Amino acid sequence: MPINAGTKTSRSSSNRAKPRSAPVRPDAGASEMQRMTVESPETLLGYYSQMVLIRSFEQRAAEMYTRAKIGGYCHLNLGEEATVVGLMAALEPRDYLFTTYREHGYALCRGIDSGRVMAELFGKSTGVSGGWGGSMHLFDTEARLLGGYGIVGGQIPPATGAALAIAYRSEPGPDAEAVMCLMGDGTTNIGAFHESLNLASIWHLPIVYVVINNGLGMGTTVQAASGEPELYKRGCSYRIPGVRVDGDDVVAVRDAAREALESARVDRQPRLLEAVSARLRGHSVVDPARYRSAQDVERAQELDPVANLRSKLLGEGVMDPTMAADVEAEAEAEVARAVAFAEGSPLPPVSELFAHSYATPVPNCPGNLPGESPFGSSLASSIAGAGK
Amino acid sequence: MPGNEAGSAVTEMTYRQALHDTLRAEMLRDESVFLIGEEIGIFEGSYKITAGLLEEFGPRRVRDTPISEEGFVGAAIGAAMLGLRPVVELMTINFSLLAIDQIVNHAAKIHAMFGGQIAVPMVIRTPGGGGQQLGATHSQNIEVYYAHIPGLKVVAPSTPADAKGLLASAIRDSDPVLLVENLALYNTKGQVPEGEHLTEIGRAAVAREGSDVTVVAYSHTVGIALDVATRLQAEGISVEVVDLRSLRPLDRSTVCASVRKTTRAVVIEDDWLSYGVGAEVVATIQEGAFYSLDAPVRRVAAAEVPLPYSKSLESAALPDARDLVKVIRETLDATGFAASGDRCA
Repeated sequence: MPINAGTKTSRSSSNRAKPRSAPVRPDAGASEMQRMTVESPETLLGYYSQMVLIRSFEQRAAEMYTRAKIGGYCHLNLGEEATVVGLMAALEPRDYLFTTYREHGYALCRGIDSGRVMAELFGKSTGVSGGWGGSMHLFDTEARLLGGYGIVGGQIPPATGAALAIAYRSEPGPDAEAVMCLMGDGTTNIGAFHESLNLASIWHLPIVYVVINNGLGMGTTVQAASGEPELYKRGCSYRIPGVRVDGDDVVAVRDAAREALESARVDRQPRLLEAVSARLRGHSVVDPARYRSAQDVERAQELDPVANLRSKLLGEGVMDPTMAADVEAEAEAEVARAVAFAEGSPLPPVSELFAHSYATPVPNCPGNLPGESPFGSSLASSIAGAGK
Repeated sequence: MPGNEAGSAVTEMTYRQALHDTLRAEMLRDESVFLIGEEIGIFEGSYKITAGLLEEFGPRRVRDTPISEEGFVGAAIGAAMLGLRPVVELMTINFSLLAIDQIVNHAAKIHAMFGGQIAVPMVIRTPGGGGQQLGATHSQNIEVYYAHIPGLKVVAPSTPADAKGLLASAIRDSDPVLLVENLALYNTKGQVPEGEHLTEIGRAAVAREGSDVTVVAYSHTVGIALDVATRLQAEGISVEVVDLRSLRPLDRSTVCASVRKTTRAVVIEDDWLSYGVGAEVVATIQEGAFYSLDAPVRRVAAAEVPLPYSKSLESAALPDARDLVKVIRETLDATGFAASGDRCA
């Protein structure tokens, strides 16, 4: 069962006493087995396939980064595939998603073509953001993915405002729209998090804030950074109910997210969901994560949600080794196509540098390249016409 | 009232009233326009711009917020992304600093950074300005912080007519627009066109024509420039006043056209000298009208100190008409200008 803030008040002092300990996960135990058995094999295979696709995509992204095909920063979803797939299984197509800079997997699960995602990483004009955003700033209006955001927590106030717009225009109910706003554990310490939760509470907004707690904000542990390291409790000041769920259990994540979204839609009760997972790699591709102990890394590998779900599905006869191999081969093939698409796509032409300066054109917008006069080609005539 | 030059009727009203009436008219015109900010509803606004609007439109359209600038400015961004047209009131421009990440990293970036897929049609109204004995943290003119940022539009009306025209244009614009008001202007009066009146963003105005020197001003300093122009006219000095109205985009051609005519220029600005609006204007003039200049372009700006509370110190720190007259005279003297219109050296 997920842990509920307010219903199960395990004191955080035990966490304080062991500052390097990983977040305590809810005990899935028998309940997880029960859930697994009631899920249809097709559903479980679907989730597994998505998780494998994310795994393959991210591994190839890391490879492309080291081959300098991808620039800037590149943050991967490796180790949190179950959380990504579980959350996106709960989010309806009509809902809006605001997320962080670690968002490739979310874009894939929202149904965005993997080629367009990879092309954005490559900075190509066929990318989801036309090459303007890069890895951290994936966006797709149709998929209602309203952005990966590079500033930690920068997405939280706009996500809250999107929920305000929903409440402004429509009535609550089971068919209403809702917003899901993702963030990492480190984000729960910034002011925008607290201001936004307060606004969502007093305005009764249809939003679910999801904290993905992988135990590390770059190299800083949750315990070292947080006065209340049980992050699902951090909505208590705003009377926002919080739940902690095992982020490596895809079905548990989906169910907890669905329940939270239902509450946001029907009761206009904002919710906080904490998914505990583990980062398999560094903060970004270039981070060797030397600050992590061998045991910590080993533990993360033991928790690998893709490997574990694979074993479970094989063990329970949901898939056989041939099917597993097929799933992996299909993912590899799709990612290979995505890379080929990205490789073959054109870079945005320099002539489009000012294409998105403003949505409403007005006079006198600057459009000069470095070394060009703001007067553009009229400079010569302005000098020539200098006579009084 | 008699008609203006366009033939439509005008009414005399304060800058405050023009803002209020425009907000009301735009809310009546478009259901997606709503107001959001601190103390704008029950309290009717710190400067009473929103007086009566909560009563007329209700709390859905006039949304009081807690003291959470980053939160509610960011919420306006998200609401705008879903197609609403929020008009944010920030109690003063000084408090915009609490929301600067949302304004600079989000409102200004979202359209371009996501490849032009989505617009952020929002307005942030906020007064700047010193001279009210509010001390160092409540008297700043930091519009240039925002005028520096591509993706934002920044306008600063100096008259009630432009307060109406620029606010209406800002609300109908699909980009984030910072509308800089001024504490000293709220009670000033002027003729305001009735009915539909839009002032184009990105265009300066020649507020007064003249032939000897151009004074470039915006917001509160336009009034100073016009007063000085009237005074100097009696001495035979003809001052042209250019009201920038829009700081981003900046109407460089109107500024340079004026300077090419008068051959001399002075900028008066309430912000600090270094890296201020005047610095950009002077750079513009030297690039666009260098060969027309008969004298170095000068700036009259605030003394570079945190603005003091005490009246004697505060007055000394802020630019006024006397400072402008002095600098205009120096500019004219530098080229052997003789009043009475004889411009031969």
